[in-house]
Formats: sequence, structure tokens, C-alpha cells
Amino acid sequence: MRLIELQRRMAADIMRPLTLHDNLSPKVKAADYVAPNGRLTSHERLEIYSRSYWYRILDSLYDDFPGLRAILGDAAFHKLSRAYLAAHPSRSFTMRNLGCALEGWLRPRRQYTGGKHALALDMVRLEWAHIEAFDGPSAKPLGPEDLLELGPGLRMSLQPYITLLDVHHAVDDLRIGVSRDENLHAAASNAVTAPRHGAPRRKSLPRQKEGIFVVVHRFDNSVYYRRIEPEGFRILTALRRGDSIATALEAGFAGSALSADEFEARIAKWFAMWSELGWLCQRMSC
Amino acid sequence: MPANRFNGFTEYGIGIGLRIPHYRHIFDHQPVVSWFEIISENFMIDGGRPLAVLDQILERYRVVQHGVSMYLGSAEKLNRDHLRRLKALVRRTKTPWLTDHLCWGSVDGRYSHDLLPMPYTFEAARITARKIREARDFLEVPIAVENVSSYAEFHVSRMTEWEFLNEVVERADCGILLDVNNIYVSSMNHNFDPQEYLNSVPVERVAQIHIAGHSKFEKYILDTHDHPVIDAVWKLYDHAIRRCGPTATLLEWDDRIPSFEEVHAEACKAEKFLPRTLPETVEALR
Repeated sequence: MRLIELQRRMAADIMRPLTLHDNLSPKVKAADYVAPNGRLTSHERLEIYSRSYWYRILDSLYDDFPGLRAILGDAAFHKLSRAYLAAHPSRSFTMRNLGCALEGWLRPRRQYTGGKHALALDMVRLEWAHIEAFDGPSAKPLGPEDLLELGPGLRMSLQPYITLLDVHHAVDDLRIGVSRDENLHAAASNAVTAPRHGAPRRKSLPRQKEGIFVVVHRFDNSVYYRRIEPEGFRILTALRRGDSIATALEAGFAGSALSADEFEARIAKWFAMWSELGWLCQRMSC
Repeated sequence: MPANRFNGFTEYGIGIGLRIPHYRHIFDHQPVVSWFEIISENFMIDGGRPLAVLDQILERYRVVQHGVSMYLGSAEKLNRDHLRRLKALVRRTKTPWLTDHLCWGSVDGRYSHDLLPMPYTFEAARITARKIREARDFLEVPIAVENVSSYAEFHVSRMTEWEFLNEVVERADCGILLDVNNIYVSSMNHNFDPQEYLNSVPVERVAQIHIAGHSKFEKYILDTHDHPVIDAVWKLYDHAIRRCGPTATLLEWDDRIPSFEEVHAEACKAEKFLPRTLPETVEALR
């Protein structure tokens, strides 16, 4: 058996979902290529690797999505995780990226969310944004002095680590509450930074609301969720899209309940704040 | 081995692994530590807190990079994007040598996030050695490969593990990160004499040594890095030091991590094996 054949065979076998009792599937024919010893059969030896693989990636997802866990409960979260990871095995050298396809995978699969589908999807989006904000790339920010030179035709963008979220549940509050309750294991994933201490307390779940606009960002190397007004959200969305300042401001004002004077007053305030938080950067370098 | 071409002609003494639960202690108390080993992959990221922490560590301490996912034994080609990220980190840390494992872990773009065992064949040795040479040429830093703990053996193997290790390092002309705990674990799992393994290691290639704790189960031993080093492993370490001479040594403690002081004290137990090793004793034992 050539090296590539053995590795394909073994990878397929250990990545095959475990049975309900966490055993290696009886369909695996380990004896074809794994030698037994006096204490363990070929199947048992391969099972050590299969369990290790599954426990490791399940643990990583467990740590990265505490908010989703709080919504679904541990048992439903575990079931979802096993199904998702079977469909989306890791394609990155780092387990940090394990959850990158979770939103897309979960969206058409309501059977995993027990009537809390929209809430669960909002939380998945927030928690993936959290991971991106934690260690995503940054560009040189535009400071307040740079903004003085802005003209209407200038294009700027947002830091690559920022995610703009329009959600319908207060998942930001829920996630903060969950994180406060639960100290998380930090070695496998970069999402959080404290050791694990037991299961989180069950939270009361937020009800559906009108749009909530959240910017997931980092400041001084900590991740924050900042709610902003819808007009500001539309401006930032347009800037990220590559629109000029003038077009972005038009987008912000369209449909706004604010008067022109009120809108104008807030623009100056918003840009000053966004600049102080380091959210804005030059288009070319982002 | 004292300073040699596989560890950048350094004499680093005893180090410990840099782990998140110890950050606060390290920054508050600035303990005297000869060097820290970092897991390269934890810092092969684009920004955020991990890199800021690393830069703070580098201001005060020497750092050596240890990787877990180059997968030098995988049949497929080296991942160039991975190497580029690794090289950026090498430039940041100025690591005098770099280590990763003599194992495989990915195939067809799917990652196991595990250190999977090699089949001990000449084809595998040839492929692995070629990849080690390519990685070293690209990274421009000496590479040492670590023997892994294993729980399975393959029918296709044509030599012992230590013969395979020798075959690879001679073909690649690379160094060895000699993990004496892994030798012990594998010797118990595969019924071989760990002394025979140690006596066959080409000492002139040993760049660094690992020591660690493990967990004993009914039918096998698992390399868990969550216990102090057992006496049997200290005896092997003693034997290794007598053969190699004083060598950069690192205690691995990756799970159920105790206080910094406890880990440091456990690592420093290695010191008692070092002064007794006179050069003439080393020569006589080679």
C-alpha cells in the first residue's frame, strides 16, 4: 500500500462519524492495514485515533459557540456539532476556522434548532464575527487628522476584522451574559481567554425584535459588540462596499426618520467616534 | 547535544511551554526562564491579542517555535500558504531553530489536527525527507523533527521506528527533537525496549529534548501532557543526557495546567541530570 493510499484510507476511517456510543464504526476494516498487538485489536487501535479526532474538533466548536449552546442546550448542540462537522471537516491548519461554514450549513436545517431557528442563526453570525474580530487582520487606521482632509469623492473602508451585523434578537446581550457565567477553555481556540469551569447557567432567551444593528470589533485587543443607529449602520455598510463618502451618506439618510439637520449633526459625531475606535482605514490598504 | 548546527549553535538550557493560563503570572512577576517554546500555529494569525502578547514576551525572553501542523510526513506537497505564515513568524521570533513532528495529519485538504503515525517504509522516508529539505530551504532556519507517541502500527512497515527516524534525518540532513516521553509511551504501546531506541539515536543530530507526563489506561498509554514526568521517563532522560550531553530541554504541560511555579519547578528537575554529565562521559557513551 503506497503512502498516499494508506493516508487516504486512514483519514477516511478516523473521520467517519462515531457510533452513538462513541465507538469506531463497525464498517471500518482496520485489520486491512493496522496491525494488532497482544492487548488491542486493529479496530481498537484505530478507534483511539478516531475518538481523539472527534473529541478534539467537538471540543473546539463547543468552546467557540457558547452562545449557541446556551440557546440550544448541550444535547442539541452536540447533535448539531456532530452533523455539521461530518459535513464540514476541517480544511485549515487551525481549528479556529472550524465554524466558518456553520451559518450556511445551519440555515436550511431547522431540525437542529428546535423552534429557535432565527435566534440560533443570529447567534452563529455573532459568534463567528467574534472569532474574526479577535485575531483578524488590521490595516492602518485613519485618525481624526486624516478625516479633516476628507472630500465627498474619497473612498475609505472598514477594518477587515470588523463585522456589521443586522440581527433581530439581542444576541449581543445574551452572549455577554453567557461569557460572564462561563469561563472557557482557551487553548484550542482563540475565541475566548479563560479556563473552563463547568456548564453555563441557562439564560432566558431574547424575543424577536425590530432590527438591531451591531458592530463586532476589537479595541485594545479586546472584542466588543457595539450597537449603532440604523443610519450609521447603512453608512458603514456602504463604505465597506466601496462607495464614496457622498454615496455612503446618501445611503445613510435614505429612509431615515431624522431631519436633515439632525442627520448632519450626528454624522460629525459618528465619524469622530468611528475614527477614535480605529474602525476606518484607507480603501487601498484594506 | 550542546550547540550544534541543528539548534543554531545555541545552548539554551531548560525551557517551558508558553501557555495562556500563565500569561498573567509571567507579565506580573517576570520570572527567570531560559527560554519559552511556543506553538507556532497559535501565532500564525493576522492580528489581535495573541501577537501583541507574543511581542511582549519577545521583548524579555528567548523563544523557540514548535509546530504541530506542517505534517512533514503527509504524502501531499507542503502547503505554501502555511509556509509563508510560518516564515513570517520565524522572522518575528528569530527562533534559532524550528521543530515539528515526524508524522502526518492531513490529506486531500482535510485536516485531522492530530499527529498521526507514519508507516515505516522507504517510500515514506524519502517523501518526508524531501519535504523537510524543502521546508528548511524556504524557511531558512534549521529544522529538527520530533518522534511522536503512537497507538497503531501498520502492516506495510518495513523497519523499526528508530530505524525510520534515522533514515529520515540522514536523508534530510536535519536535526532531532528527541521526545523521551514519547519513546516511553510508544515502547509501552508497541512492546519495544526504549533503551534500544535511545541507543540508536544519532546524538550529533539531537537539537532539543522534550519531557512530559502521560496517562496510563488499562491497555495502552496516552500522551496527554497533563501530569508530572514519571520516574521511568526521568531515567530515560538521564540516559539521553549521558549520551547527548547537556541539551536544550523543554517540559510539555498542555492540559490541566497547574500554576506557573509548579510547571517551572517540574521542568527544573531536569537540572539535576545535567551537571553530572562530564564531556568524557558523553564521549565514552557514544
